[in-house]
Amino acid sequence: MSQLKTSYTQDLRLARRRGDIGWYGLLLAVLLVLPQVAGEFYVGEIAFVFIYSIAGVGLMLLTGYTGLVSLGHAAFLGIGAYANAILLAKGVPFLLSLPLAGLISAFAGVVIGIPTLRMSGLYLAIATLAFGSIVILVGEKWHSLTGGFDGFPVPSPRVFGLLIEGPTAVYYLALAVLVLVLLLAMNILRAPLGRALVAIRDSEISAQSMGINLAFYKTVAFALSAGITGLAGALFGHYVRHLAPDSFGVLLSIQLVTIVFIGGLGSLHGAVFGAAFVAMLPQAIALVRDDLPFGIGRMPGLEPSLFGLILVLVIMFEPHGIYGRWLKLKRWFIAFPMHKRAAFRRQKSYAKSERLR
Amino acid sequence: MDDVVRLLQLAINGTAAGCIYGLVALGFVLIYKATEMVNFAQGELMMLGAFFAYTFVSILGMNYWVGFALAIAATAAFGYVLDAVVLRRVIGQPQFAVVMLTLGLAFIFRAVAGGIWGYDAIGFTTPFTNKIANLGGGVVLGQDNVSIIIGTVILCAVLYVFFSRTRLGIAMQASSQNQLAAYYMGIPVRTVFSLIWAISAGVAAVAAVLLVPVSQIDVNMGLIGIKAFAAAVLGGFGSIPGALVGGVIIGIVEQLAGYYLPAGSMELTSNIVLLGVLILRPQGLFGQVIRKRV
Repeated sequence: MSQLKTSYTQDLRLARRRGDIGWYGLLLAVLLVLPQVAGEFYVGEIAFVFIYSIAGVGLMLLTGYTGLVSLGHAAFLGIGAYANAILLAKGVPFLLSLPLAGLISAFAGVVIGIPTLRMSGLYLAIATLAFGSIVILVGEKWHSLTGGFDGFPVPSPRVFGLLIEGPTAVYYLALAVLVLVLLLAMNILRAPLGRALVAIRDSEISAQSMGINLAFYKTVAFALSAGITGLAGALFGHYVRHLAPDSFGVLLSIQLVTIVFIGGLGSLHGAVFGAAFVAMLPQAIALVRDDLPFGIGRMPGLEPSLFGLILVLVIMFEPHGIYGRWLKLKRWFIAFPMHKRAAFRRQKSYAKSERLR
Repeated sequence: MDDVVRLLQLAINGTAAGCIYGLVALGFVLIYKATEMVNFAQGELMMLGAFFAYTFVSILGMNYWVGFALAIAATAAFGYVLDAVVLRRVIGQPQFAVVMLTLGLAFIFRAVAGGIWGYDAIGFTTPFTNKIANLGGGVVLGQDNVSIIIGTVILCAVLYVFFSRTRLGIAMQASSQNQLAAYYMGIPVRTVFSLIWAISAGVAAVAAVLLVPVSQIDVNMGLIGIKAFAAAVLGGFGSIPGALVGGVIIGIVEQLAGYYLPAGSMELTSNIVLLGVLILRPQGLFGQVIRKRV
């Protein structure tokens, strides 16, 4: 039974189980070869999944691991995308503009993180929502910088003499960034920083009494999350080729939060699963659109309503998301045929009051 | 003189708009006070109320007042069922799970309403449409705006009497103060919560019907919820008079910003007020600061 642990260092390892390195290596190898085999359309779709995964990892650090909900993360995606595109247009080389886009985004994260330090839960969600719509409006009005409604064409840069253009190039670029970001997140999570974030999520009061500086760690969480999301934004810019401020609105923010919720809060696997789901859903709808009965497929609001429905169902029936479901499935096979339903029965939960009186 | 009149008119128009924000905010606050859930679909409940009223008055050709009453009843019933079927199941989950749940519900409502009533903006005539009330001194107002303000005042009086004088109202106050104690006193807390959802949906429907004379109905009218949010936060989320006062303040500030500041600032106003309040005075105008004891 591989799930028995015999020492604490087992919990601290990057690869928790012996087989992990092999399996993930295999996955990486398959992903590296894939563009040579698959059609351009599918490569583009998977590149999009990678980009959403990066943003998902960014938001997961904030929402899943620190317990801070942001309904304005699309703004960071937008800031990253515009920063990268504008820097490239000014002649900054791509290898510099990409990290700079992340840094500028992270700075924006600090700007919104510091005033919202005192808030938690609901208020933070509202504040970030307001922040998101303010950023969009500024983007629309600041015509000289962003091009306003006319949009901003994203230049195609060269990296080591290779032109970053088209799905395959974006695919490899996004894959590289995703792997780096995942390694970064995994390392953060097993380091004191990550442990502090998780402690804050589980109880701010007890974290504070253990000597964790709430203000500092929350700001760091915001900066990290915004920075990673900004990187995703820069890649998103190369994927769509033409930026418009209104594409980074509330709807995208909600999609990003949907990624972490559907994928499963508090797991990096979840961020990737959720991103795959959210990025693929529109295509899946398009595939079956004509086969649906009663003309449902041609209903105008189909996609957002399906998002809404899935979100509602996941929260009601599987609060741990796709990753939770996957764990249950795995456990079922490991324990076969001794599986007990009760092992995963949800405990009866009661309303936890956040009131102080 | 002209300036004073202009200012007065802006203030009254702002108050009327603010009353709508305040009523939607009231819906947020009622539910939050009772269940600690935040209903991000409150604006969409308002949208549904508007479409119910449209169905009764314009499609079925009922009398305006009968249609008004039926629309409120229908929306309230919808709110009750919504809590009993969906929201009750997520009790005990973290607060933001509920936020996401209601956001999801909002998308569903919008799509369903679009499927049933279409995506075009529609309107219907009310007794207040395009009539003018002359208050003298050159102040001319639409009866529509006056009807909003009067309607809000009446609704608030009714709610006040309900919460302070009736058995059910007091039971609601009790369950929102301490669920467990309320259970022990024999109050059916779950039913009471569903009833609060019903009231809150009903209030949203009232706001919708009051809004009809000044604005058209469409699927996206629920986005007013974001401004209502600013109102609720300004009033100190959890204070009923605060929600209304906050709504009126937001409404007036918005009108003034629309008149005196460059174009585009009107859309920003509520968000900036919201962020400003959250940063400077997170407990709002009427909230209390309480620190947790360990």
